[in-house]
Amino acid sequence: MEKRVTFGRWTIGILFAVPQLILIFTFFYWPAGQAVYWSLTLQQPWGGGNIWVGLDNFRSILANADYWNSITASLTFAAISTGLAMVIALVLATLTDRQLAGSRLYRVVLIWPYGIAAPALALAFRFILAPEAGFMAAVNKFWPGFWDPGLDGADAMASVIIAFSWKYVGYNFIFFLAALQAIPRSLIEAAAMDGSGVVRRFWDIQFPLITPTIFFLLVINITESFQDSFGIVDIMTSGGPANATNLMVYKIYSDGFRGLDYSGAAAQSIILMLLIILLTIVQFRFIERRVHYR
Amino acid sequence: MTIIKRGLAALAAGALSSALAAPASAEPVKFDFWFGLSGDLARVVDTLCKNFNASQSDYEVVCTSQGNYDATLQNTIAAFRAGKQPTVVQVYDVGTATMMLSGAYKPADKLMEENGYKIDYSDYFPGIARYYATSKGEMLSFPFNSSTALMYWNKDAFAKIGKTEAPKTWEDVGADLKALKDAGYDCPMAINISGNESWQLMEQFSAIHNQPIATKNNGYDGLDARLEVNKTKFVQYVTDLKKWYDAGLIKIKSKDLGQDMVQAFATGTCQVIMSSVGDHGTVGKTKKEGMNWDVAELPVYAGTERKNSLVGGASLWVLSGKSDAEYKGAAAFLNFIHDPKTALFWSTNTGYIPVTKSGFEYMKSSGFYDKAPYKGREVAIASLTASEPTEITRGIRLGNFTQIRAEFGTQMQAIFANKESVQDGIDALVKNGDAILDRFQQTYPNKTLP
Repeated sequence: MEKRVTFGRWTIGILFAVPQLILIFTFFYWPAGQAVYWSLTLQQPWGGGNIWVGLDNFRSILANADYWNSITASLTFAAISTGLAMVIALVLATLTDRQLAGSRLYRVVLIWPYGIAAPALALAFRFILAPEAGFMAAVNKFWPGFWDPGLDGADAMASVIIAFSWKYVGYNFIFFLAALQAIPRSLIEAAAMDGSGVVRRFWDIQFPLITPTIFFLLVINITESFQDSFGIVDIMTSGGPANATNLMVYKIYSDGFRGLDYSGAAAQSIILMLLIILLTIVQFRFIERRVHYR
Repeated sequence: MTIIKRGLAALAAGALSSALAAPASAEPVKFDFWFGLSGDLARVVDTLCKNFNASQSDYEVVCTSQGNYDATLQNTIAAFRAGKQPTVVQVYDVGTATMMLSGAYKPADKLMEENGYKIDYSDYFPGIARYYATSKGEMLSFPFNSSTALMYWNKDAFAKIGKTEAPKTWEDVGADLKALKDAGYDCPMAINISGNESWQLMEQFSAIHNQPIATKNNGYDGLDARLEVNKTKFVQYVTDLKKWYDAGLIKIKSKDLGQDMVQAFATGTCQVIMSSVGDHGTVGKTKKEGMNWDVAELPVYAGTERKNSLVGGASLWVLSGKSDAEYKGAAAFLNFIHDPKTALFWSTNTGYIPVTKSGFEYMKSSGFYDKAPYKGREVAIASLTASEPTEITRGIRLGNFTQIRAEFGTQMQAIFANKESVQDGIDALVKNGDAILDRFQQTYPNKTLP
């Protein structure tokens, strides 16, 4: 005799999905919906009267030159920091992947940076890159005025890019190393026996085989460079000088929290979300085609 | 073993119940006070709170630092929206207009009156009181930590150029900085051009020169006030600062770059700075061994009739929606802070000034200003009371002023990096600042400042 509680296909499916749906709804859809509502109103900081303004918030943001400057800064930051973090991590991972003495030590050392909290990291780099103390002071002595992140926007941008890439090199490194180690040794050994050099082996065998990882990291790095850069910018440059490092996510913070302009910040968050979705679609449409999944 | 444990537990329970059974009326009414000071200053506030709790047995204030002024306001708003606000909160000077329109406070003067405290409001220095009072003179919040900007100057460096006094006019400053440079000082004067320095560079300068920051008497007369610093003496001032910066007479110092102004002055790297009297204690404690220094009022341009400088710092607001018992406690607390003896304790341990005339007199008569580390702080009072406040020098009442200050920093950085001319930069400050004011006005339609 069979003793089994039976559910219809749908019932059991929904039953298992409910806890997750509740979580997603509470922590994603509800706040996101709230943000959409706020972006269409003018919120008084202390609550009370909220005025429906339709798309006015979006109009005034998009008409603001500072906002376009902030988009340009974010795109520049994303492109350069993602590029740096991925290329450096890939080079380091390739080097560590080879059977070298002490490669275990390298691995540990290279994985470390990702474990450091953004504020601590930013504080360290603020000190390292200060124009009048530390290493850059010596460079400035030799070449006066070379490094001036306090007034030179490009120098300030370089500072935050260096700090951010440094952190993500560690993160990317873990994935690249894992991907490289998953490649069967026999493939590489066979190629070596056929007489191909290190570079040739990398481009013809290793690189194509790790393209899924490269693609994954590209998507993650770009997304994170839009969202995770906040702490570094806040501590190193506060968005300055003259808005040079006022990335979109930082502008949302300073308008929303410091400026108490909740509606403007909500509208900006929605634009940022749309931009990230757009970038992700573009990547899946145009770059994923070149990815070889085994 | 278990017997001992059980016995101990029984003892503890007995002690507890007898403690609870003790006269129920002795249980003090607790209320929260949130403030924005941190570090050394937060410890002084904690002591102040302990002193208040020890001074009576009816109330107990629970004091919590929120880290800084910005965070205090943000957290308070979040708490208020959730119905969990503190009873008393410290709000910085530029948050005043935002607070006034919030509808979330209980006017301080009403609170005191309802609870039977008689406060003589004319005892407050007028420059301090009017910053926090309505246009009709009602005190909505109580001044707490007050300061103003002073010029700190290195006497040793000035002695090298044959000067025994601080420069009184900006013309003299120019000449002195040049002389200091020629005497071999690499950094005659340090400034910072972040948003917060709007306070020294734009707000204090405008006040002592009786120049407006905005129309409608700096916003006191309506939410439709708009900036007008691009048409005042402020333009000349920024032009001069930029000229001196280009000539190497002024260096920019900030924490982001490794050393802030106060450190640069205290270590003898830079010879002149403009900073809050609140830093007087820090300079005294951290100065280079044997360095001679003093403070003076901020200079004015030749031919200017000096007016009072503006108060900086923060005031205490009592929030709405609390119980009568908590309000009784808050009133007792404000009364305690108002006491001249508390003023003496507070000013001795911080660099802040007493906010009442009686507090100042009490400190003077106790010989406070004659003692070495505190000598010079009376200059701040002189600066704040240089004149009866005018329509312009009583304060600044502009919405979202934090954002306007940030815009000030942005434009100053663009000017000093030669991205914009002085006039263009200040015009941009006015244009963007007006957009911020416009937005504030839209957020509060049909409302007027009290």
